[in-house]
Amino acid sequence: MATATVRTFRGHALPRVVQALRQARRYPLVPVALLTLLLVIPALLAPVVAPYDPLKGSLAKRLKPPVWQDGGSIEYPLGTDKLGRDILSRLIYGARVSLMVSLVAIVVGGAIGTGLGLVSGYFGGRTDALLMRLVDISLSLPTILLALVLVAAVGPSFATVITVLVVLLWARYARLVRAETLSIKERDFIARARVAGASHVRIMTRYIFPNVVNSLIVLATLQVGYVILLESALSFLGAGLPRPLPAWGLMIADGRELIVTAWWVSMFPGLAIMLTVLALNLLGDWLRDHLDPKLRHV
Amino acid sequence: MQRYIVRRAFQSVLAIWVMSLVVFGLARVTGNPLDVMLPLEAGPEDYERVSKHWGLDKPLYIQYLIFLGKALQGDFGTSWKWHGHSAMGLVWERLPATLQLAGFALFVSVVIALPIGVLSAVMKDTAWDTLAKIIALMGQSLPGFWLGIVLMWIFAVHLGWFPTSGRGGLEYMVLPAITLGWFQTAAIMRLVRSSMLEVLDSEFVKLTRIKGLSEWKVVWKHCLRNASIAPLTFFAIIAGVLMTGSVVTESVFSWPGTGLLVVDAVRARDFQVVQAVVIVFAGIFILTNLLVDILYAYLDPRIRYR
Repeated sequence: MATATVRTFRGHALPRVVQALRQARRYPLVPVALLTLLLVIPALLAPVVAPYDPLKGSLAKRLKPPVWQDGGSIEYPLGTDKLGRDILSRLIYGARVSLMVSLVAIVVGGAIGTGLGLVSGYFGGRTDALLMRLVDISLSLPTILLALVLVAAVGPSFATVITVLVVLLWARYARLVRAETLSIKERDFIARARVAGASHVRIMTRYIFPNVVNSLIVLATLQVGYVILLESALSFLGAGLPRPLPAWGLMIADGRELIVTAWWVSMFPGLAIMLTVLALNLLGDWLRDHLDPKLRHV
Repeated sequence: MQRYIVRRAFQSVLAIWVMSLVVFGLARVTGNPLDVMLPLEAGPEDYERVSKHWGLDKPLYIQYLIFLGKALQGDFGTSWKWHGHSAMGLVWERLPATLQLAGFALFVSVVIALPIGVLSAVMKDTAWDTLAKIIALMGQSLPGFWLGIVLMWIFAVHLGWFPTSGRGGLEYMVLPAITLGWFQTAAIMRLVRSSMLEVLDSEFVKLTRIKGLSEWKVVWKHCLRNASIAPLTFFAIIAGVLMTGSVVTESVFSWPGTGLLVVDAVRARDFQVVQAVVIVFAGIFILTNLLVDILYAYLDPRIRYR
């Protein structure tokens, strides 16, 4: 990242405003703003900002078009679905669902992966060989198929989706943390800690773990978008979250057969997914460049 | 090299085995396997038949051996939803449609991605390059199933250029192929761009220029040939994406392939068909991964010692 210069080539000082703008460009303002608007505010304040209950609708108000089309009204700015539920409210609660699913899956998967990665890299030997084979196998399993079998067997639910995502996610964390642990454990401060009598567990949690946190944050951020895409695809196929949860993928599925008569039902949730994932990818790229440039290939 | 291939092949066999355990286990750990294998409407004679077919009155390890023995012969039981069809027969019947669509999607994405990738590397930091970056970013962020619906809405419903769904001539394949190939197009383009940039910077390219070759020949012959190794190795990931994508794309466009089959089977709780599709897809996926890894190790010796 080039440092922003305050002076031009000829040495003239730039106006304050231009300077401020240049400073601002160094931070990921657009993605952060998008995410706040699309994900954070709706997720935290859903009951406050959503005009209606996302699960209740009135059949009298079904399939109202958005406000700018003929027949639309300001009452339902983005229209209603075939059960007369307000699309805007469902989108807002949907942000909550998406965020919750991806956070739970990434925290659980990340914790399992980090723990196993630390153990694997720190102890090495047979433990390492066994765990890394497990990682290889887990990375070569076709995810969506795993999800379909699981759903065929136990039915769609929040727990099913989380299980599938965790099975998918843990291995990448394990691989990353193991690789970092391998190099960190050779450093002097680890040897000193050992001489000072620190236990294995203490060395792993207090000495090695803090040094892998940056990489973990970058990987986790890059994965939120991916997890949101995956969850919505699973929900769309009927292999993810169950109805009538206001999940974005389910909303798109609801609008699929209505595409000729009521385009807005599936168009808005799709836009929400696209913008959210786009912002998350941009933010993740920025974090990677600033916190952990060596992760470029991830 | 041989050791690497053996180790890698062993790992693939393990992965397929784990998949078979998952399929076998999921049907049995959740209480009565018959409740999983048969839908609610099934009568006593169906229970009798399925129970006998899989030896469900025997101990668990015998059941697994029966399952494994039958699976190795390609016998996954008979379908519930599609009466009179064996689960495996259905998969074979539907597979050509899936492969046709996947092949066409791959062709379309390479035809689009290659020139854009090359041009954006040659004309780095121009408007053309920015366009390529935007396409790449979109490729990562657009949900494929939604793109399919949008394409259908614009080009089939409004403009009427293509049919909305089903399988027929070439015109039926265009929209599904774009939907399915969208992610790869972006990914291949990114890879081509970055490896072209690397090659354009190398010594031998300067030599070809000094020799006085035309810019066209330098770029499209000498550089592209050297820059295509990295994208080639990407095909393992593509195999996975095409498979995942085919499930989604086929269900959007009602394309009668294996992906649609498995989604319909899940909805009808036709477990026999689900397990057949899953094992076949997993097999294809894992084998492709194996082949590409071996090819990669052959092309890039550093991999073998990882």
